Amino acid sequence: MLRLVVRRLLQLIPTLFGLSVLLFLWIHRLPGGPAWALLGERGDEASRRQIEEQLGLDEPLLVQYGRWLGRLVRLDLGNSVKTGQPVWEEFTLRFPATVELGLTALLFAVVIGIPLGYFAARRRGTWLDVAAVSGSLLGICVPVFFLAMILRSIFAVNLGWLPSGGRLTTGINATDVTGFAVLDGLLTGEFDASWDAIQHLILPGLALASIPLAVVVRITRASVLEVLSEDYVRTAESKGLRKSVVRGRHVLRNALLPVVTTVGLVTGSLLSGAVLTESAFSFGGIGSFIRQAISDRDYPVLMGFILFIALLYVLINLVVDLTYGLIDPRVRVN
Amino acid sequence: MATKTEKIDRLAELTARRETAVGGSLWVEAFRRLRTSKMAMIGACIMVAFVIIAIIGPWIAPHNPTAQLWRDEVFTNRGEFVGPRAENWLGLDHLGRDQLSRLLVGARQTLLVGVVATVLGFAVGALIGGISGAALAFGGRAGQRLDTVLMRFIDMMLAMPSLLLAVSIAAVMGQSLTTVMIAVGVVQVPVFARLLRGSMLSQANADYVLAARALGVRRRRVVLGHVLPNSLGPVIVQSTLALATAIIEAAALSYLGLGNPDASQPEWGVMLAQAERFFDEAPLMAFCPALGIIITALGFTLLGEAMREALDPKLRS
Amino acid sequence: MRIARPRAAKAIVAALAIGMVATACASDRDESDSSGDSEVFVFGAAGDPAALDPSLASDGESFRVTRAAFETLLEHEPGGTELVPGLAREWSSNEEGTEWTFQLQEGVTFHDGAELTGEVVCQNFDRWYNWSGTYQNTTLSYYWQGVFGGFAENESENVPEPNYVGCEAPDELTATITVERPSANYPGGFSLQAFAIHSPDAIEAYAEDDASGSGENITFPAYSQEGGTVAGTGPFRITEWNKGNGEVTLERFDEYWGETKAGVDTLVFRTIPEESARRQELQAGDIHGYDLVAPADVRTLEDEGFQVPVRGVFNILYLGITQERQPALEDLQVRQAIAHALDRQNIVDTQLPEGGVQATQFIPDTVAGYSEDVQTYEYDPELAQSLLAEAGAEDLTLEFCYPTEVTRPYMPAPVDIYELLRADLEAVGVTVEPKPLTWNPDYQETTRSGGCDVYLLGWTGDFNDAYNFLGTWFDGYSQEWGFENEEIFDLLAEVSAEPDVATREAMYEEANVAIMDFLPGVPISSSPPSIAFSADVNPPTTSPLTQENFAEVSFK
Repeated sequence: MLRLVVRRLLQLIPTLFGLSVLLFLWIHRLPGGPAWALLGERGDEASRRQIEEQLGLDEPLLVQYGRWLGRLVRLDLGNSVKTGQPVWEEFTLRFPATVELGLTALLFAVVIGIPLGYFAARRRGTWLDVAAVSGSLLGICVPVFFLAMILRSIFAVNLGWLPSGGRLTTGINATDVTGFAVLDGLLTGEFDASWDAIQHLILPGLALASIPLAVVVRITRASVLEVLSEDYVRTAESKGLRKSVVRGRHVLRNALLPVVTTVGLVTGSLLSGAVLTESAFSFGGIGSFIRQAISDRDYPVLMGFILFIALLYVLINLVVDLTYGLIDPRVRVN
Repeated sequence: MATKTEKIDRLAELTARRETAVGGSLWVEAFRRLRTSKMAMIGACIMVAFVIIAIIGPWIAPHNPTAQLWRDEVFTNRGEFVGPRAENWLGLDHLGRDQLSRLLVGARQTLLVGVVATVLGFAVGALIGGISGAALAFGGRAGQRLDTVLMRFIDMMLAMPSLLLAVSIAAVMGQSLTTVMIAVGVVQVPVFARLLRGSMLSQANADYVLAARALGVRRRRVVLGHVLPNSLGPVIVQSTLALATAIIEAAALSYLGLGNPDASQPEWGVMLAQAERFFDEAPLMAFCPALGIIITALGFTLLGEAMREALDPKLRS
Repeated sequence: MRIARPRAAKAIVAALAIGMVATACASDRDESDSSGDSEVFVFGAAGDPAALDPSLASDGESFRVTRAAFETLLEHEPGGTELVPGLAREWSSNEEGTEWTFQLQEGVTFHDGAELTGEVVCQNFDRWYNWSGTYQNTTLSYYWQGVFGGFAENESENVPEPNYVGCEAPDELTATITVERPSANYPGGFSLQAFAIHSPDAIEAYAEDDASGSGENITFPAYSQEGGTVAGTGPFRITEWNKGNGEVTLERFDEYWGETKAGVDTLVFRTIPEESARRQELQAGDIHGYDLVAPADVRTLEDEGFQVPVRGVFNILYLGITQERQPALEDLQVRQAIAHALDRQNIVDTQLPEGGVQATQFIPDTVAGYSEDVQTYEYDPELAQSLLAEAGAEDLTLEFCYPTEVTRPYMPAPVDIYELLRADLEAVGVTVEPKPLTWNPDYQETTRSGGCDVYLLGWTGDFNDAYNFLGTWFDGYSQEWGFENEEIFDLLAEVSAEPDVATREAMYEEANVAIMDFLPGVPISSSPPSIAFSADVNPPTTSPLTQENFAEVSFK
């Protein structure tokens, strides 16, 4: 298993290198530079030149790339042009929020999606099936930002059940240990902070869950249908095994394999959704930060982020592969 | 980096293999099942209605959709909007334009964005995927290398969250309708490429291909005459789904302020993004284009899902 | 590895059920809690501050925060734009306007216990003057370079020559600042947050913790990125900046010298970038106030019992014209036709928040030097058409730039304003080619470098001196306007060298008349950005400069 992990990580290097060259050229081709973003209305030609000189943006691209790569080798992603803080710090500051949000969305998708898909398959062709399938499809057809707006309007503004945005209610002072608000509260015993963080996660989590939910329902349904028609299920049933055993041990577990793959596959789209959800709920995660970085032309942040995503992408796939082994012994990696 | 993509390949391969096994009757069979599927029928009805509106919209619109005919009656600064009334069935928008007319005319623009973006994604994706698949299956050593290069490129695109890719494209190209189409289309490229490549690979090992090659049919003919046509099934299904995604992604770009900004062509995504500001005062203004987008996207999705299911032999009841 | 059994699944379901019950109970308890201890005032800001050291900042979001903790030598009257005593109880200058003497208030204590003296003021100015390295970057010293020029030792050709000469403290409570040449920036400039006075101990602490890095690797010094080190004299002291949550926390400073002591124990600025999210958080009771209310929401908020006090205006929105780019635009008649074609009052009536007014010249009427005698251009489409015909420009085509995805204090909804203006122009036969650009940085870069025929832009004043407006645009040739007019350039050059404030005022009036005769662009409106507060607080006096004093805030 360790060898697999190492091999995967080694495979990553050439890809990342190619990616970084392409992206460096691409990003630096974006019109305008960070200078205007920094200066706003108060900028003029002279100060723009001054900033570009100071940032070294007037040098040839190759020199700039070399400098960037040189720092990268020393594991330094550089500093954000906008905030002046190390890119790495900016990420570690914001990434936990996005991870929390993404996990919440996945949790919702799995907790709602798997049973829904399972029962839709068991009752194939009934109204339950049609409702489950079209309902979950409806989820992906609603633009995430519109869903966010409606959820917030109903549950936060009109009913007042849940907070309308942010990660924590102001005034709740949570000790920062890991950056994960929920986990921090549990670790330090500040359960009210954890609880508060969970409340803040519900609405954005639901909005974001609309994307993976449809996929989870569909795949679960299809995969349960397939397993139900397998011979071993019929055998088990005819042997007189209890229904719950057949369902749990035979049907559900075998059907879960593609679901796990899918959950891994939708992680990428979750990040896209996070940009919109975080903006709509002013949830200070990496999504809204990157959106801002693009419009600010914050080159170091963008470069760092994309490399980071590529790394993450590989890791998620690795985790998916390892989870395979847990669910299906046949594909367990040796 | 290979795992996720390998899985897509594998899935495509499995689908494709089953199709071949059933042979030519598959399409006939699939169509028969499609006709009896409620989902497909609903989807098709929505799609037809949408296309009709998109075509005749400008002629049946009661007013000029871009003229600010009633601009003295709407006060956005006081939250005073004009709701439905005899003259304007769906009320006015925030600049005193007829909402119904804008919706009707906007359908065409929305469809255009969806179709062009999908066609673009399909064309480029299929080109890359096709070359890659053909090279790997029939190109020997050099082909393998070409495939690796192309697939690494596709991997990079896949690794980047689609919306960020679209946003950065919009940033480079400036704001216009073309930009939106290209940005949304580019996002679809890797999906199509992967799908076609996987599907072609599985066809390449099918018996009839081996037979053809054994008979001495030239590689080019095998690829273009047999493998490619037989591999297009899953890709075509995907394009129906991609159309729905394209419409939604275009709306998301508008929400982020990067949509088609030209007011002379109303478009649902832009309308929704602009009306979002007035959601509390005039929810109808946001709901109309939002419902348009949702229903249309749902129509395409239902149809696509039904087709996918109909083409899947193992789900035959 | 063992495989999960159905039993485990049951356990999960049970845990979830318990969680849900707990949810229900906890939410009940939560609500009863929140009513008791609300001495925390939370204000929704649109963006994060750049730094907590105002000397390094140049943006409104930073200054909003630091203004509660730092004070300047001169301040603006509450709710107005007149200069009033701040840390200096009196000030005067020599006749040439090159020596500025400040008599300081007595008994002023910094947050860290140090006392305010003339020496301390000089220490502050010398600190800015002696900045080197990264601090000479415009990003970090924008206002110093703008008001006092360069540094003791300029390290780049792009840095302007210093205008600051030195600072002396003849006695305990006096500081005299000498500059090379008089400028319209004085004395107004002394009221800028960027020149707020820091504690001498804090300054020493800053020095140990330098801004570092070179090339593209600029880092704000660490002390400016966290609460604790920065120390001023204001009614609050900054205790914490939680970047993850986007919250800056300030505590009441009990030894504050002034009369307006903080009315709440804790003041929190929370960043909520989306406008609608800010509104909903206010409606949901999560925050007690926020700035930049969308005009459309004002009525809704008022109906729901929120307070939306109206600010005075201190900004200008204008339609910029780049004459060089289109020969037709160099014709005065064509520019007049454009001005007559635009229904600016309609924009004020339907788009701008309460308190907005149509502009007649390039400064709002709250600025000294506003002239009543300028040429005005009424909305008159027929006149516009005939002017165009006379000029032989009936088939005029204009490339119209406007920014997307942005809200500025002077321009709540640029796209809507563009739409209205476009319709007006098309009504008189002008063909409009839309050129939408994202605000950052495409729009600014394009308009500044003269890449559009006409465009929307505006300006918010820093202090009450017309030069702060007019000088920004018309003190010489610039690409964005693309014209040469020696009369206007000379007038402004003269006024900037005039030390006497009253004489300056008369000269500004003259300049405004000349500018509006020449009509380099069309001033559209001045409009106050709206600010809202919940019903249970006593809001601060609103300021046209958006410099509300949060010490005035208290709970009812």
